[in-house]
Amino acid sequence: MQGISAKIISRAKELMRDGTVNKVVGWKAGEFFYDCEPYVFETEESLDGLVYNRFCAANLSKYMIKNSIATGEDSLKVLVLLKPCDTYSFNQLLTEHRIVRENVYILGVGCEGMCDIDRIRENGFKGITGIGENADGKTLTVRTLYGDGEVVIDDVLVNKCEFCKGKAHKIYDELISDNEDEGPRGDRFAGVRDIEAMSPGERFAFWKGELSKCIRCNACRNACPACSCRKCVFDNNASGIASKANTDSFEEKMFHIIRAFHVAGRCTDCGECSRVCPQGIPLHLFNRKYIKDINEFYGDYAAGEEAGQRGPLISYTEGDIEPAAVSDKGGK
Amino acid sequence: MSLKKIALNELNKLFAALSLTKKVYLPVEKAGQYDYAPWEAGVEYRPEVLHTVKSAKSVFFPQSEDLVRYRRSGLSLNIECEAPEDEDFVIFGVHACDVKGFEVLDRVFLSDPADTYYKARREHGAVISVMCGRPEETCFCGTFGIDAEKPGGDIQSWISGETLYMEALTAKGEEIFSQLGGIVADAGEDDAKAVEETLSGHREIMKKLPLSSLTTEGFGRDADLLGLFNRPEWKELSASCLGCGTCTYVCPTCQCYDIREYNTGKDIRRFRVWDSCMYSDFTMMAHGSPRPDQMQRFRQRFMHKLKYYPDNYDGAFSCVGCGRCLQKCPVSLNIAKVMKKLGGAK
Amino acid sequence: MSENCTGSCVPGMTKDMLVPQLAVVTEIRTETPDVKTFRVESPDGSPLFDHMPGQCAMLTLPGSGEAMFSITSSPTEKGYKEFSIKRCGQLTDALHAIEPGQEIGIRGPYGKPFPVDTEFRGQNLLFIAGGIGLAPLHSVIDYVRANRDAYGHMDILYGSRSAADLVDLEQIQNVWMKEKDTNVYLTIDRPQEGWDGHVGFVPAYLKELAFKPDCTAIICGPPIMIKFVLQALIEMGFDKTQVYTTLELKMKCGIGKCGRCNIGSKFVCKDGPVFRCDEIDELPNEY
Repeated sequence: MQGISAKIISRAKELMRDGTVNKVVGWKAGEFFYDCEPYVFETEESLDGLVYNRFCAANLSKYMIKNSIATGEDSLKVLVLLKPCDTYSFNQLLTEHRIVRENVYILGVGCEGMCDIDRIRENGFKGITGIGENADGKTLTVRTLYGDGEVVIDDVLVNKCEFCKGKAHKIYDELISDNEDEGPRGDRFAGVRDIEAMSPGERFAFWKGELSKCIRCNACRNACPACSCRKCVFDNNASGIASKANTDSFEEKMFHIIRAFHVAGRCTDCGECSRVCPQGIPLHLFNRKYIKDINEFYGDYAAGEEAGQRGPLISYTEGDIEPAAVSDKGGK
Repeated sequence: MSLKKIALNELNKLFAALSLTKKVYLPVEKAGQYDYAPWEAGVEYRPEVLHTVKSAKSVFFPQSEDLVRYRRSGLSLNIECEAPEDEDFVIFGVHACDVKGFEVLDRVFLSDPADTYYKARREHGAVISVMCGRPEETCFCGTFGIDAEKPGGDIQSWISGETLYMEALTAKGEEIFSQLGGIVADAGEDDAKAVEETLSGHREIMKKLPLSSLTTEGFGRDADLLGLFNRPEWKELSASCLGCGTCTYVCPTCQCYDIREYNTGKDIRRFRVWDSCMYSDFTMMAHGSPRPDQMQRFRQRFMHKLKYYPDNYDGAFSCVGCGRCLQKCPVSLNIAKVMKKLGGAK
Repeated sequence: MSENCTGSCVPGMTKDMLVPQLAVVTEIRTETPDVKTFRVESPDGSPLFDHMPGQCAMLTLPGSGEAMFSITSSPTEKGYKEFSIKRCGQLTDALHAIEPGQEIGIRGPYGKPFPVDTEFRGQNLLFIAGGIGLAPLHSVIDYVRANRDAYGHMDILYGSRSAADLVDLEQIQNVWMKEKDTNVYLTIDRPQEGWDGHVGFVPAYLKELAFKPDCTAIICGPPIMIKFVLQALIEMGFDKTQVYTTLELKMKCGIGKCGRCNIGSKFVCKDGPVFRCDEIDELPNEY
């Protein structure tokens, strides 16, 4: 991915120089190799700090809500770097009228899968001082304070990349990509089926164990491109449910289940919720459960496949499944 | 010093012995993540786990705790307070950074008027610290003058090979030793040498930490408050902040709280809960908020740690360099980046 | 500051500052369409706590929350505390709906009072208030009235949106206006039938009245009014060290620990709410 990184920087600089765009939303190098930070580049020189490597998992679509709305008199044209999966979120936000499309220039960037630093740490690497991608494109060399080693990229992919939706960009103005679309990677519903196969007691215990770790930091909600309400019900003191902690075991589940219901049909499975969770709760499983159910009930549907589409949950047809079908599933 | 020792694989005996009379908190695994929780048979201490997700502060200052129960009927109101902690407990496995974090909280909660609930837990809790085994690249406790090799608490300890060496620092610590009886043995001269070797190895690693050169220059009591507050860099530093509370909730020194009510149906519980200055409703009043932008909320958090807190508490900083925020921020913003950008000469 | 817990608390426990004491609302007066004054006493008639003008207390009506309010009554009025409260949110809506006899929770006093026994002594005093901003000044004015000889001349300039929105009009007309060596100036924002007094905003009226800067000014009102009043006072030759105001931010603990009412290194609940205007200049502009 180093190759296209240089191309991206030079193209972004060009577009800024010729006045096509006046800002660039991309990723900036951090303290370490792996902590790339979403960043708004406002000058050509600052673009030297732009990086595109195996640790640019953050989905930049949601940043375009605030960055595509002009606040001053100046004309605004913002370049945003979107990976294939990010374009689904962008489309969904367009569908929901959250982004001003004409103010955005989408530079689609190819992706070979992003790595999860936590999974690298789980492989026993402590005190990581450097990470390099090897020429084989399949392994990383990890340098640490306590010795160096190698990991296989496939073993440390971010969950959303482990189950990549495909390498095709669903919306863009220009592409920089060496990828060929090989379609989806892996069976993203396998984890959902595992849970469906559990007895109700096991399933309850599973979610209880996971959700009781929640610290109500709201990272999942704030990172989620489908959570773009101007005021969330959980922040609204008048709602009566704006608690900042799980006051009881009911609430700790309620927050996540309500959130999953609210994004059902709009969630593009971008995986940000699970990626950002400091407690490693597999929140994407909720969303995939709904996606799987929607697919089974209404036929395959991918939110964000194209802008302006009407999802099955908001378009009634006479052929729609009867609600009883859900209870017939025995809570699965 | 009087050094005691116990084999790591005997630690469960130590926990079991202490558990006879008090709760023993230590990092416990739950669905893949470690947080402080009471020891029970079957729980193993895992020295290779550097950090719990929530810091050790959660034992003394829990994320949520009830303070008062109200019952209303007609015009009458009954007010009943919750009882403060009245049983002794031990917290095991705290590293130097989190121990120093307690001191940061103490200055706030124990200063007059003291917080009854926090004070009771501090009085009843004993801290057994353990020197961190393998610091991570995100560690920078040295920046705040913390000596990771002297982790402190009531008993401090070091792991060398397969043995835990312990030293009591307070009367509470001595009392724990007396309760342990033969479970811990007296260490000899060779043991002291082994500990010294571990310490010198640790010192070498600390020097190599990538953030070891980070300094507090430009912050603290002597820094110009308005100058720092008005720095233009706050805008770019905070541009991608999601406004979530991750940094706050994993932080060992963040101490801001909210007080809220919960109607159980039978009574109304008034509880205290961690809050985050990163949240939009933190300062929201009926007629608006003095910090309407995320930039202002972001700035508040770091100004608090690096300027306001030192102003109010004799120059001490409200950061211990544990590095949790460096590891957990969903968009890789953190105090180290802020200090590098704004610190040093203007 | 802690005291032993009474009532249904744990025997022998030291009461935490965050735990309210029981109080009863003995009288409710409707001042304006959206302001009521509540008289609060302890159920057995013993004193609730001592306070000084400018200090605040936390009132709670369980189920509707808790908030900080200025104590409107003067400490010279023993046996009760009064609070003039404007309806503007969940708790204040609920308080406006209660009847006399309702038991509530109260804790306090909080904050630094006006320096009524030090800097204000012997001074001419100029009070400038807008709307519900009269509440904290009310306590000072009554304190000065009760110790009238210790202070110089007193001018009170008070304005509101309309005549009906002037809080405490009856007391102002029947008591304050008759107080010796005291002038009261009232104004409303827009002309209305039956009002033959002054019409116009407080800062404009202040300039019209052209007070000499030989007094200490004490102002409270909406932030925008405070801003323009302060400007006007400076133009009139006042120094910021002669001007006091009180600030309001969201508060939860009242004791400088919950961390939300800070302006820079100062906590409004503990280091304020009363500030001298030159002190405010040293604080970040976040209030």
